[in-house]
Amino acid sequence: MKYLHLVVRNLFRKKTRTALTAGSFAVALFLFGILAAVDGAFKQGVDVAGVDRLVVLNRVSIIQPLPLSYRDRIARIPGVTGVTFANWFGGVYQDERNFFPQFAIDRDKYREMYPEFIVPDDQWQAFLTDKEGAIVGEALMERFNWKVGDRIPVKGTIFPGNWEFNIRGVYKGRRVQDDTTQFWFRWDYLDERKSFTKGLVGWYVIRIANPDDAVRLVKVIDEQFTNSPTETKTDTEKAFAASFVKQMGNIQLLIMSVGSVVFFTLLLVTGNTMAIAVRERTRELAVLKAVGFKDGFVLALVIAETMAVAAVGGAVGLGLAKLFTLRGDPTGGLLPFFYVSPRSIATGLGLALAVGFAAGILPALAASRLRVVDALRRI
Amino acid sequence: MVRIDGRGDGNSLIRARKLGKTYRRGGEEIHVLQGLDLDVDAGDFVAFMGPSGSGKTTLLNLLGGLDVPSTGSVTVAGDEITHMSASKLTAWRARHVGFVFQMYNLIPVLTAFQNVELPLLLTSLSKAERRRHVETALEVVGLGDRMRHYPRQLSGGQEQRVGIARAIVADPTFLLCDEPTGDLDRKSADEILDLLDRLVRDHGKTALMVTHDPLAAARARIVLHLEKGVLVEAAAAADRDPRG
Repeated sequence: MKYLHLVVRNLFRKKTRTALTAGSFAVALFLFGILAAVDGAFKQGVDVAGVDRLVVLNRVSIIQPLPLSYRDRIARIPGVTGVTFANWFGGVYQDERNFFPQFAIDRDKYREMYPEFIVPDDQWQAFLTDKEGAIVGEALMERFNWKVGDRIPVKGTIFPGNWEFNIRGVYKGRRVQDDTTQFWFRWDYLDERKSFTKGLVGWYVIRIANPDDAVRLVKVIDEQFTNSPTETKTDTEKAFAASFVKQMGNIQLLIMSVGSVVFFTLLLVTGNTMAIAVRERTRELAVLKAVGFKDGFVLALVIAETMAVAAVGGAVGLGLAKLFTLRGDPTGGLLPFFYVSPRSIATGLGLALAVGFAAGILPALAASRLRVVDALRRI
Repeated sequence: MVRIDGRGDGNSLIRARKLGKTYRRGGEEIHVLQGLDLDVDAGDFVAFMGPSGSGKTTLLNLLGGLDVPSTGSVTVAGDEITHMSASKLTAWRARHVGFVFQMYNLIPVLTAFQNVELPLLLTSLSKAERRRHVETALEVVGLGDRMRHYPRQLSGGQEQRVGIARAIVADPTFLLCDEPTGDLDRKSADEILDLLDRLVRDHGKTALMVTHDPLAAARARIVLHLEKGVLVEAAAAADRDPRG
């Protein structure tokens, strides 16, 4: 600690340069924070997927339905402890830009299949007694400033017509990363009103007794419907969510590429800045060594300065990214889990410090290897 | 007592034997110092004079452990420093040598107090002890009221006095002064020389000074002349009138 003032004083030697260097880190880490939030938003479904849940789809395509009769057949398979189903609705609320996922759900079993979503009992009862009832995630309620009791008109696209729903309840997530942007309504209402695919559901969600048994059960379920007119493709919920992410393209590669370019540029800029800073202070560093400071100290001093700039700049950038994401999904529904996770913050800070270290190490080594007599010319 | 004939009695504070330094420039060898002998006792104030390129600075570098000789040895207070590792030599410098530079070489972003405190950061002294030592050193050089000033807020003479306070604060075995008045006007130079004289006379310090200025050299007790790497003459200057 007794050396701290040396680091601090040196950082304030050229305030503009320090501010600009820290600013470079701030911009880079802000970008990292946003990219990490986007990446996380795409992968969040994978991360929060239940390990004890399987998803059964039509083998042909996700948009092809499955017979409702499969529910009982699946439920009878040993190892399966629960079955529910849902249907994608794909309606438009006021404007196409107001996208949010709407699911027609199985009113009997859907709630117990997803214990991570909390719906008050009285609200769920109200939902069960109203065929046009809907349960809405709290983030979606907030987004459109809805309240319980509101009547929500939705224009059907897959299922044509003007649909209206009464908000009977609000669900919350147990964890911050749980998706609370969904809109649930009753599948029986959909089935009653739709003019085609009656008695068909979009997919089944299954709870299994033992997650380690998933591979076997996937096989058993699909074999059950082999050679039937509607064959199934069963997968873990995690794999199902991952396949969605994959459809969006290799987001991670894109983010990695952009991030790498940004950090490499930052490394060069900071390295150059530190090299100049060290060169300007050659004489002072030589004096430090002359009076008895060892090579290692000089090396640590320069590294500490770079890393301090990196840490401050990085923290500012990540803080701004966090503030930005606190405003929620900027896309209006495409990225329901848009937030900077503590893990991303830790990774970002680690990256900033690593870049700071890498940028500082060469100038620091040069400083530590400085020959006092050469640097001073004369003592 | 200073001798250059290699016949010191072995009790000298600083003893150089057959000291040589050769630089290689291109294919050419430049012998800067050639088998130089020197004995300096504790409490001496020695001035080295000589034309540019005569080896004065090289000699100070070798005696101060900033450079290693090509031949010969340097022993200070019984420690043979010639074969010390770089790390040991650095630690040795911190304990034994106080450097006073021509250009003062203060850290511009540190106050006078913080500049003087630098050598003490390498010790195990507490903050309070460091403060006491620094205040004493600055009082000795007459800058007790300038502790919070930055170098840019001080005159050249005051900066050099801070440099001297930094050199003495850790109570080193000897002081090495390279043209300590070379960048100062006459009045400031005299004040610095008075201060060095007082450090030697009143505080028992040993000081070795390189200078081009005969008036400055005259303030030393002994003046040695270096020419082409050889100490060719020694003159006792004690009790000489510096302005005479």
